[in-house]
Amino acid sequence: MGILDVIGPIMVGPSSSHTAGACRIGLFAKKLLGQRAISANFFLHGSFSATGEGHGTPLALLAGLMGWSPEDTRIQNAMKIANKSGLDYKFSAQDLGNVHPNSVMIQLKGKSNKVEVCASSIGGGQISVWSIDGFAVELNGENPTLLVSCPDRRGLIASISSIIAEAQISIAAMKVHRNIFTGKNMMTIELDNMPPLSIIDSINNLTNIDMVRLISSVFSGT
Amino acid sequence: MFQESTTFQMFLEQANDWQVPLHNVFLDYEVTVSKRPRKVLWEMMRSRIDVMQTSINEGLSKPQNSRSGLIRGDANLMQGWIDSGHSLLDPLFSKIIASALAVAEVNACMGRIVAAPTAGSCGVLPSVLITLAHHKKINEDELIGAFFTAGGIGIVIEQRASLSGAAGGCQAEVGSASAMAAGGLVEMLGGSPDQVGHAISFALTNVMGLICDPVLGLVEVPCAKRNVLGAVNAVACAEMALSGQKSIFSADAIIETMGKVGRKLPEEFRETAKGGIATIPLPDKF
Repeated sequence: MGILDVIGPIMVGPSSSHTAGACRIGLFAKKLLGQRAISANFFLHGSFSATGEGHGTPLALLAGLMGWSPEDTRIQNAMKIANKSGLDYKFSAQDLGNVHPNSVMIQLKGKSNKVEVCASSIGGGQISVWSIDGFAVELNGENPTLLVSCPDRRGLIASISSIIAEAQISIAAMKVHRNIFTGKNMMTIELDNMPPLSIIDSINNLTNIDMVRLISSVFSGT
Repeated sequence: MFQESTTFQMFLEQANDWQVPLHNVFLDYEVTVSKRPRKVLWEMMRSRIDVMQTSINEGLSKPQNSRSGLIRGDANLMQGWIDSGHSLLDPLFSKIIASALAVAEVNACMGRIVAAPTAGSCGVLPSVLITLAHHKKINEDELIGAFFTAGGIGIVIEQRASLSGAAGGCQAEVGSASAMAAGGLVEMLGGSPDQVGHAISFALTNVMGLICDPVLGLVEVPCAKRNVLGAVNAVACAEMALSGQKSIFSADAIIETMGKVGRKLPEEFRETAKGGIATIPLPDKF
């Protein structure tokens, strides 16, 4: 944490965890879907469901889903604007288990993509994404992130990291999550800088890649 | 260069060794931590101060009404009181009170603010530092410097205690904001780094044990008025430090004690809305 995190972020109130963090979770989910959301199902856990309404948590989640950042003053009208845009959304309370009190599971559907993401707002507007499509992950949304889903096959990591190296980008952190039942892997690769969008095609052109997503930072530099 | 766990003493010694204001040392720290150039950091702080000024103006000029009905334009009411010439002390003092309310109310009503250190305590720093900078004709760079000092104090508190009401009660939010504002103010008005330390000690000592008891779990009551407490306390503690009064205990000792008290606070007094003011039944109209 730095001084400009202590004096910051610039945000719409009333709560850095219930409003700013919630917005960033919505924004992360939107970027993860990679296309416009047609329907969204939000499952609010713990304090998000208990006091979220009064803190504008549903508004902030919707705002993020529409691509707005936590400082966007349209957040208080997010529901009206989402309704007008034809987004089909639903909020309900759900116990997500032994997780942070400010947590949410979001199921998103777009024209061709769908995704399920679980995340927590851990204070000061910081977030922790801990599950994507059933894979346990560990992301904070700060770095541009590549998400690759593929079979558990030798050499894929080397091929993907050389594509990243060719783009002159450094890897800040990388994790491989295995599902022993399906034989599928999910790689999360956090990068120092945003690579060109063409990197998605380059990785997709490798054999047997199921899905590639490039998620830019949900922290817009303020 | 900087240890894992920072102490105020460490920054203080460096400022004294180099004969520079604390904000220089804190800015060096921020350059190291953020890997951003000085100039970028300075501009980022400037834009935060601009946002704070806008929230002050918004809260004073337009009555802020929250969706719950618990906040009803009190900052605007206070501005009217000042304008009518009724201020009890110098109108400047009323302006600090009104500004703290204004920013806290804008936050409660989903307007744009700067969390400093938190959204719940966002009224303290702007009301104290910006209002007094205008009054004392402090130049903008000195004001920005004071905010770096305030932020640096926040870093120390975050590492040795807590800045979160859920973890440490209101003393950790409004209390920390008050200590940050007091320290920043001392520097802005020409006090020494040691005097900054005394101001921190005074400010945190005065709010030791203050609980977080938000009515309906919202950042409205008692939060907005607790921001006034933080602001007024900061001014008083800065003035005591500037007059040459010295705290018996070091800033680090007081900060650590605040952290210990926070950890001992029962859960009902840590933002759960299960204790204190939050347990009083609300009148029917709410």
